[in-house]
Amino acid sequence: MNFDFSDEQKQLRDEARKFLAEKCPPKAVRAVLDGNAPYDRELWKGLAGMGFLGVAVPEAYGGAGAGHLELCVIAEEMGRALAPVPFSSTVYLAAEALLIAGSEAQKQKWLPLIAGGYAIGTLALFEGKGNPSPEGIKLLASGNSLSGVKKPVPDGAIADFVIVAARTGSTGRDSDISLFLVDMKAGGVEAKTLTNVDPSRGQAELIFRNCKAEPLGAATEGWSLVSQVLDRAAVLLAFEQVGGADRALEMGRDYALDRIAFGRPIGSFQAVKHMLADMYVSATLARSNCYYGAWALSTNASELPEAAAAARISATQAFQHCAKNNIQVHGGMGFTWEFDCHLYYRRANATALSLGSLSYWEDALIDRMRKRNAA
Amino acid sequence: MNFDDTPQEAAFRSQAKAWIAANAPKQYEEELKKSSLGRTELKGANILEAAKAWQKRKAEAGWACLHWPKEYGGRGATPMERVIWQQEEGPFGKLSYVFIIGHGMCGPTMMAFASEDHKRRYLPPLASGENIWCQLFSEPAGGSDVAGLRTRAEKHGDDWVINGQKIWTSGAHYSDYGILLTRTDPTVPKHKGLTMFFLDMKSPGVEIKPIKQANGQSDFNEVYFTDVKIPDTQRLGAVNDGWNVSLTTLMNERMSIGAGVATGFPELFEFCSNLMLEDGLAIDDRNVRPKLANWAVRASGLKYTSMRAISALSKGERPGPENSIGKLVAGSMIQDIAAFALDLQGAAGVLSGPEDAEANGKFQAMLLRAPGTRVEGGTDEIMRNIIAERVLGLPGDIRVDKDVPFNKIPTKGRG
Repeated sequence: MNFDFSDEQKQLRDEARKFLAEKCPPKAVRAVLDGNAPYDRELWKGLAGMGFLGVAVPEAYGGAGAGHLELCVIAEEMGRALAPVPFSSTVYLAAEALLIAGSEAQKQKWLPLIAGGYAIGTLALFEGKGNPSPEGIKLLASGNSLSGVKKPVPDGAIADFVIVAARTGSTGRDSDISLFLVDMKAGGVEAKTLTNVDPSRGQAELIFRNCKAEPLGAATEGWSLVSQVLDRAAVLLAFEQVGGADRALEMGRDYALDRIAFGRPIGSFQAVKHMLADMYVSATLARSNCYYGAWALSTNASELPEAAAAARISATQAFQHCAKNNIQVHGGMGFTWEFDCHLYYRRANATALSLGSLSYWEDALIDRMRKRNAA
Repeated sequence: MNFDDTPQEAAFRSQAKAWIAANAPKQYEEELKKSSLGRTELKGANILEAAKAWQKRKAEAGWACLHWPKEYGGRGATPMERVIWQQEEGPFGKLSYVFIIGHGMCGPTMMAFASEDHKRRYLPPLASGENIWCQLFSEPAGGSDVAGLRTRAEKHGDDWVINGQKIWTSGAHYSDYGILLTRTDPTVPKHKGLTMFFLDMKSPGVEIKPIKQANGQSDFNEVYFTDVKIPDTQRLGAVNDGWNVSLTTLMNERMSIGAGVATGFPELFEFCSNLMLEDGLAIDDRNVRPKLANWAVRASGLKYTSMRAISALSKGERPGPENSIGKLVAGSMIQDIAAFALDLQGAAGVLSGPEDAEANGKFQAMLLRAPGTRVEGGTDEIMRNIIAERVLGLPGDIRVDKDVPFNKIPTKGRG
């Protein structure tokens, strides 16, 4: 049994950590947060140069052809560094959708552009408040023409192409939903940048007005494809969350060792030690659930839907827990703009929502466990 | 990343599986599967006798204390083989609970500090379950602060004379031998005046009184020592070096992995899958689902944390510190789960008789036993200290009694 990453995969993680430590210090995150740029272009090019954008894309489509375990270790480092780039939207959502549903021509066109850092892609799913559901999708497809509004769309304002979940029927079944691919250069889409709790990653409103689109995957299979993409992205995003949780825990630990109050390091007080110990517990539980998710994702196991939901819930809880208590350990300084704690707090709370809320995934997990038990 | 056995592991597993299928006491299987915290008796059989019989049968075929050397009654197996055995033994492993202290703590301490003669004499019957051992560390004045213990050992010729009291000794009432931590020099700081011994629990002057626990059962005892004589040859380690000896005992306990800690989650999931509420099954209830999901990911998180540790063993590495979270997570989880299972039953949740209560009163028994799980073997607070200090590298607590001679340490609060 080897329920762990291989030495080569751990080496890749070390490389990614080293690269990001150099190219993505907190200063780089703040440049995007402060609104000086919509994302870090130089870092994006650098990630492409390292082969990280296409690590799970087959070589036939310009990728490294490594696999999803390799993508998981990179995702963890992206989360740890809070990389202010459209990685999750392009790699976990758009590329995964293309890989499972794209036609040969679509894969040939877009995957090499993603791997090379030339195209940003995303998934336009949500239409205002609410969690993922076929009923929530009102945006209409008439033939290959889309009309309606999507928000929030992650990285929607900087995307070169968008995968859109649209309504193609009104029977009340999952088969009413189909996926489309929209090339943003073709026109017909208005993009508005929206303010959000984590400005180091963009959110947008996309207004489609008789916008030309091409089908992605079989018509009527749209909802099943959305579910598959969400499960795959849930595992990958969970690794980002675990990376962020670990870093927030380390920041809290380091501060507790350095900060003196009442004549001793605050890390010697049990109230602080126990808070940090509980953060470690959350982060460890999340990491172990994520490893199982990684195994299911990389082997396309039938356990993936359940494993993905468990990883997603556990990692969301851990990142939120570690990010908020990291501020608490820092006391007043943790609540300043100057300290980096709020960057993690913002990212933790934004990623907690990006594929549907915690309660959505809790519900999904119980559904899936129930289904397995009945079988 | 995979869950596959190596060819050697697979061969060992099929050998173990075949032997268990042919030899395990199947008449207890269903009852053992259903047993849960606070409910460990067997109907129509004495569980202690059943446990001894199973252990003896295992020992005769070379399946007892797998990781111990053969000359001391073990099999000389690898840590990974021990884990595979535990996985295959499944519910029958629950019969081994009376041997956990002896095999997990006393045996390894004897192996490290006893004379060769004593090892060959005492370890094989410990491995085979013929003898049961207990561990006499905790005292009324030394629970979490075990080094604050007061039981005295004084040298008289070739013997030591023991006077004092131990408490929370699991299984003392059916134990044949015990390892005993005593104070041999009260004039030096507390960690520096302790000495370890092993003794025959039938020695004159040893008096055992079961403690009636808050849940009405008796798993633990008080043990009183009045002028009990122990020969100096039964000393383990140097005089006044007992603290270091006890660290060996405790370290061995932390190396045992794979048995899995009880969380109560599988029981709760099954219960919610069958319990009808006013609007349908509990598992479909909007208020139930988030709680179930939260416990589900804690249970799976523990399971896969243990898998990570097992993987390290499989590769011949030492498991990392992540396994130290198990008891802390499971202890409060089983307590919360039991309370929630009662809440789901409404006013009738108060009933605990197997004939009236849902799920035969399993959750009521669990609720009443659960507070003990957060205290025994290290309180939640001690476990958090261990994680903070040994894993995260935070400073140890400031110990005001560290350099004070033991007999000068205050013994009463509030003046």
